[in-house]
Amino acid sequence: MPELGRAALVVALGLVVYAAIAGGYAAFRGRRRLLDSATNALFASFAAAGVAALVLLSALVRHDFSLSYVAGHTSRELPLGYTLASFWSGQEGSLLLWLLVLTGMGSAAVALNRRLVRTVLPWTVPILGGIATFFAFMLVVVASPFGTQTAPADGAGMNPSLQNPYMMAHPPLLYLGYVGLTIPFAFAMAALASARTDERWIVATRRWTLASWTFLGFAILLGAKWAYEEVGWGGWYAWDPVENAALMPWLVATAFLHSVMVQEKKNMLRVWNAVLIAGAFSLSLFGTFLTRSGVINSIHSFTQSSIGAWFLGFIAVVAAGSAALILYRLPVLRTRTRLESLVSREAAFLYNNLFLVAFALTVLWGVVYPLVSEAVRGVAVTVGAPYYDFFAIAFGLPLVLLMGIGPLVAWRRASLRALGRTLLWPAGVAIVAGGVLAAAGAGSNPAGLVGYTFAAFVLAAIVLEFARGTRARHALGSETWAGAFTSLVGRNRRRYGGYIVHAAIVLLLVGAIGIGGFGTTREAKVAPGESLRVGAYTLTYLGTQQQRAANSQEIRARLAVSRGGNELGTMLAGKNRYFAEQQTSNEVAIRSDWLRAEDLFVIADQFNTDGSVFLKVLVNPLVNLIWLAGLVFVLGSLITMWPDAREQRRLARRFAEEGALARA
Amino acid sequence: MEIAAVLLAAVLAVACVAFVARPFLTEPEPVDDRLAEATPAERERVRLLEERDRALAALKELEFDHRTGKVADADYEELVGSLRRDAAAALEALDPGRSTKPETAAKVDARA
Repeated sequence: MPELGRAALVVALGLVVYAAIAGGYAAFRGRRRLLDSATNALFASFAAAGVAALVLLSALVRHDFSLSYVAGHTSRELPLGYTLASFWSGQEGSLLLWLLVLTGMGSAAVALNRRLVRTVLPWTVPILGGIATFFAFMLVVVASPFGTQTAPADGAGMNPSLQNPYMMAHPPLLYLGYVGLTIPFAFAMAALASARTDERWIVATRRWTLASWTFLGFAILLGAKWAYEEVGWGGWYAWDPVENAALMPWLVATAFLHSVMVQEKKNMLRVWNAVLIAGAFSLSLFGTFLTRSGVINSIHSFTQSSIGAWFLGFIAVVAAGSAALILYRLPVLRTRTRLESLVSREAAFLYNNLFLVAFALTVLWGVVYPLVSEAVRGVAVTVGAPYYDFFAIAFGLPLVLLMGIGPLVAWRRASLRALGRTLLWPAGVAIVAGGVLAAAGAGSNPAGLVGYTFAAFVLAAIVLEFARGTRARHALGSETWAGAFTSLVGRNRRRYGGYIVHAAIVLLLVGAIGIGGFGTTREAKVAPGESLRVGAYTLTYLGTQQQRAANSQEIRARLAVSRGGNELGTMLAGKNRYFAEQQTSNEVAIRSDWLRAEDLFVIADQFNTDGSVFLKVLVNPLVNLIWLAGLVFVLGSLITMWPDAREQRRLARRFAEEGALARA
Repeated sequence: MEIAAVLLAAVLAVACVAFVARPFLTEPEPVDDRLAEATPAERERVRLLEERDRALAALKELEFDHRTGKVADADYEELVGSLRRDAAAALEALDPGRSTKPETAAKVDARA
């Protein structure tokens, strides 16, 4: 039923255009019913986008190859899970998913804050409608998923590299992150348009921002896990432009999450926060542009398409509009509150912001420079890993140090003596850890050794914070140690959930340094019966085996693995040849040893006619901590976001006290 | 199939239009169709309420940081006075002329 899908998209476009124009007029002229009507249009657009999504899903499941999109991205032999995932594996489907998530999240955010939107932030609905208009227009006019053709006997299938379980979760989570940033952006811009400089938009969108940031961060890690297992070069993050496209808004959103606390606590940085949220949202659009325009050559990107110019235009409108609004409202945004001391929590947040934004801009320049060079000078250049690695170390190490120092510094100001006393334990632990690691030979990578020393410092500071907090609560007398710990975290979820997120970043750092700085690699051509030694492992090539899977022919090199004379089993590394797609993928073999915290990673690069195989084998130490960091990150974020009944009561009291403003 | 699709599309469009028009259909002649707009006095009240909550939260945080040893006694003594004054000033501004200074100080302590 492609006609129904097309019609649903046209209806969705009409509704979001109405939400933008009627909502804008209602907000400008102060018309209550018209604003309610525009709000209903936003809600209805979610339903219309939902109908379009159901039509596409139904066509995918039924293998309706009369739809070009279905024929172009699936085949009859594609397993059902990947058939469903092909909804977002192509340009048009992913745009539809974007519209669905945007209208869904936008509707939910407005519905949950309806009184606030009606009485304080009426511009929220037209801004959300305006953003949704762009995506609905693209789907109706430029890149419809409901284009039809004469149905072929079978479809072209899915890109083999996308046929990985992580690819079923990575893109939707990424979209939830990208699109979720629309919510704080829309509320912030609505606050500016309404000249509301109070913190109600921050309170209303706090969890939306945290959730989007968590989705984005977790999606980046899932993408890294996919790259590690599927792309098969042995690493986890390659500074690919599309990977960077997701990293940039995440870095800026991280800066925003920290600096917005300074606004809440000290009523400072209001202009800066507006700039940050506009920057994070613009970068999420830029990331989408990079992935979809075809301007960059990346394994993650979609093919060459005509939508790049549209995206670029939209990004320009968003960036220029936000900048104009912020400049227009500068007089009311500025506050007289000043930083009291350079040694204070708010100062630490400010330093953290400077490093995060500097890092994001550095990454942005690395992504943009090749495009600029090609456009201006006609010279194709690439910005490689050394550039990014240098700045990751230059900005990353101070950031890690600040993660340890920041929580130990008091708000407003702290005397150097008090700070020195607080830092004594973490610094002592860090020095001992650094000394032990240097003695164990970690000095072969000086940056890695410094990183590990800083990581020990941060972990010690986090443990100290939990210990001191628990002791202080226990000293009040009425609670057991376990009760004191639970109530400490329960009563200060943002603070202690944040510390757990910091611990996750430390785990990520330890893993990244491990695989990047202390790994071992060996490449060799081996004949059946020959062995290869890598680190403490010995791999003996036993021969090849082939088998037919549902939609591919699989070839594998069988390798017997031993360590110190102990047989560890057999590993199978090889390639898949996909029938419908006429493409070959690398299928690496990974043996994870959680006790030793290392992976044995085998790539069978080339199968020769004489029976030999060209192997690349890596020992990746501590890489599993990177994946563990993802789980700890989600745990910390959940604690931070978990509803706090005391906080809700406090806010309800305040909003009730606001009296006339809370009517309607 | 095509007719069913067209019919379903028409149902969707009509349902959406009806839903969008609902505020006008349920309230054809409203007594007041204006959006509530905050007066300068109301905005000032919001500002003061935020100021009060910020000052009280800062006091609470300072107390906790002092108890955990993050803030030294001398720093605490220096900071607590000015934070109490900020909180008291915000409470006074919200409730002018109603409370005498000792009562306000008691309120600050009770809330913090």
